[in-house]
Amino acid sequence: MALLQIAEPGESVAPHQHRLAIGIDLGTTNSLVATVRSGMSVVLSDEKGHPLLPSVVRYTADGNVGVGYAAEPWKSLDPKNTIVSVKRFMGRGRADIAHSETLPYDFVDAGGMVKIKTVAGIKSPVEVSAEILKTLRLRGEAALGGELTGAVITVPAYFDDAQRQATKDAAQLAGLHVLRLLNEPTAAAIAYGLDNAAEGIYAIFDLGGGTFDISILRLAKGIFEVLSTGGDSALGGDDFDHRVFCWIIAEAGLKPLSLRDTRLLQGHAREAKEYLSQHGEAPITVKLSSGEYVDLVLTTDIFTEITRTLVQKTLSATKKALRDAGLTIAEVRGVVMVGGSTRMPQIQHAVGEFFKQEPLNNLDPDKVVALGAAMQANLLAGNRAAGDDWLLLDVIPLSLGLETMGGLVEKVIPRNSTIPVARAQEFTTFKDGQTAMSIHVVQGERDLVSVCRSLARFELRGIPPMVAGAARIRVTFQVDADGLLAVSAREQTTGHEARIEVKPSYGLTDNEISEMLKESFSHAREDASLRALREMQVEAKRLLEAIRSALISSGGILSVDERARIEVAMGHLQSVVDSDDRPAIDAAMKALNDATDEFAARRMNQSVQQALAGKNIDQVTL
Amino acid sequence: MSFENSTLRPDFSADHFALLDLPRQQALNGDELGQKFRSLQALVHPDRYVQAGDAQQRLAMQWATRVNEACQILKSPGKRALYLLTLLGFDPQVESNTAMPVAFLMQQMELRENVMAARAAGDEAFLEAAHATLCRDVAESHQQLIELIDHQHDYTAAADLVRKLMFQEKLLHEINDALEAVTS
Ligand SMILES: Nc1ncnc2c1ncn2[C@@H]1O[C@H](COP(=O)(O)OP(=O)(O)OP(=O)(O)O)[C@@H](O)[C@H]1O
Ligand SMILES: [Mg+2]
Repeated sequence: MALLQIAEPGESVAPHQHRLAIGIDLGTTNSLVATVRSGMSVVLSDEKGHPLLPSVVRYTADGNVGVGYAAEPWKSLDPKNTIVSVKRFMGRGRADIAHSETLPYDFVDAGGMVKIKTVAGIKSPVEVSAEILKTLRLRGEAALGGELTGAVITVPAYFDDAQRQATKDAAQLAGLHVLRLLNEPTAAAIAYGLDNAAEGIYAIFDLGGGTFDISILRLAKGIFEVLSTGGDSALGGDDFDHRVFCWIIAEAGLKPLSLRDTRLLQGHAREAKEYLSQHGEAPITVKLSSGEYVDLVLTTDIFTEITRTLVQKTLSATKKALRDAGLTIAEVRGVVMVGGSTRMPQIQHAVGEFFKQEPLNNLDPDKVVALGAAMQANLLAGNRAAGDDWLLLDVIPLSLGLETMGGLVEKVIPRNSTIPVARAQEFTTFKDGQTAMSIHVVQGERDLVSVCRSLARFELRGIPPMVAGAARIRVTFQVDADGLLAVSAREQTTGHEARIEVKPSYGLTDNEISEMLKESFSHAREDASLRALREMQVEAKRLLEAIRSALISSGGILSVDERARIEVAMGHLQSVVDSDDRPAIDAAMKALNDATDEFAARRMNQSVQQALAGKNIDQVTL
Repeated sequence: MSFENSTLRPDFSADHFALLDLPRQQALNGDELGQKFRSLQALVHPDRYVQAGDAQQRLAMQWATRVNEACQILKSPGKRALYLLTLLGFDPQVESNTAMPVAFLMQQMELRENVMAARAAGDEAFLEAAHATLCRDVAESHQQLIELIDHQHDYTAAADLVRKLMFQEKLLHEINDALEAVTS
């Protein structure tokens, strides 16, 4: 792919300052960490040489936590405390969980995100995911030999706001600085596109352990532009396993199973499914703890039959994504297959038939997402080399809307809008003297609130009292480059900033997160305040460096006074940055940020103007 | 989801055409728009300021948001015409002015009823055909808008046409929804 030549905005670092950055694929079944070394993206293996980390976490009564291969053998021996596929619970309520009757956990349903009761206490899916991320962070630090600048963490493109936020919270809990949440199929597109110099329209078909994504991208001249995305955040290999599991129970006429036997049988179902990808039939022989024997043969025909509707679902979502992109299959140059479940011949076949072309399987479907995430992390960390540069334009997967009268939804931001995106909506009061107002934000495509995902309720307070209908409250929805929504509100006639209280429907409050942070430190050797101090120092140094290079590249747009003011603030921050006085560093950072606000704005204007210059600069008043 | 309190805002006084350095007219070269859009995003996108301070990152997000907004409006012929007419001082009042020729309204209502019936009956063929016809009508309106705005400068007639177009585009959406419901 011909790479775009872009004038450096002045944020790049000198080449010798290589920053340590990692990409993490936090998968339902397997997780990975990768990094860019001497220009090559590589997956980092554990000390035994395993590239994958099974996404399994086991809690024991003594407070120890086993992750990955250490936890895996306990799946059926200690099912209540050994959590698998936790990604399916992220940002989800108790009622959202599919076939939960076959899950061994003691779910705790206190409204909001579901939690799990273990011998080590009640755990949120965010905490469980944080254990996986922490293991990968340590692996990354050990391999790279230093403190990480940050990580790119991938999420299914079809994840909604609550699921994304939960992932970001988990990263924070794991002590990772998140450079960006990146959509899994987009990460795969980066790895594929850069490796194969691909140009044109590509579809990324990603069927993993728990989620399905389809993204349509245009790759051109160093730009990865997502045109549309679709999928199902609860459709993956686990569901194929479940169909086989149900088939075994029915065929063998089994009585209700113990938790242990359920897990055992689920494991055999998965093995049979995977075996079938290379063979015409799979024998299933199991001795259950109840003494019953299972002795069956699963044939390709039966498997195809019992999973037909699942395959159909992936094709429906694919069709919809194409329609949203305004494209026909003839315009698709290639279909890149990602995720372990695309090894199933029936999937290969169905996709090939649908697109009328052979799908592309030249990348390792297990690793491509992590490799792409590492490339993006390297870019975002500022390690890009001249000429080796690209830009990613992604979209939101689901429409954002508001509840209006009668339980109806008014769409505010339509699905597949390029992010970042913002829309404002005006509201008024309907009672005299009304000073508060409640806004219910939902995500989804349907017209009824009851069938969309509830994201949060915002209470606006401090609206100046006026007669009914006189107040004009402008509520702005801003979706950032991570695909996360923020809401702000302002009363238009008085300019009064309304206070907002957020009640996430399936998320954690800031308080809960800081509690979890404290708790996690009380078990670990690391000291919370020391870590917070270190993070702040890194942040402060990053800020100083950024401003230093900005002054070099465009200090000329400042007056002598302005420059002096910035230099004073820099000097002050410099003098406290290595101290252990956190409040002082924080205050100096804030002061420096304030002192450079205007400089930043002017520089941005300047670079936009320069870009437009060439001919018509006089027409442009930015 | 969170609440964000931002005080720093870029100067957004330039109109969408000026921002993207395109002539202020209804005729538009889509490739050129795409090119200008991408090179602007390459400058202002938050991914390019991850290592800069919070203030700079927020600013980048606002700029990138602004550029996305401009592109999204200019890309759609209907939205572009609406925006352009407003810039020219001829607000088509799509929300308030619903007066429309009776014949047109009748025709649209009939089509809508047929679409609903086809949706209920799962008649994909009818929906596909209706979709194709309406797409042709819409494309024709797009051509007419260029003629009316850029050449004849007949903004009143253009405003009438934009209102019609909004109707047609809404119906097109409904057909799309129906197709989705029928085929899934
Ligand atoms: N040979 C095979 N045949 C069929 N399925 C397979 C095969 N190999 C792996 N799988 C399935 O692939 C799934 C795991 O794939 P992968 O590691 O890509 O998922 P993940 O990234 O953990 O999940 P997700 O992306 O959905 O969060 C499991 O369901 C596994 O059974
Ligand atoms: Mg995956």
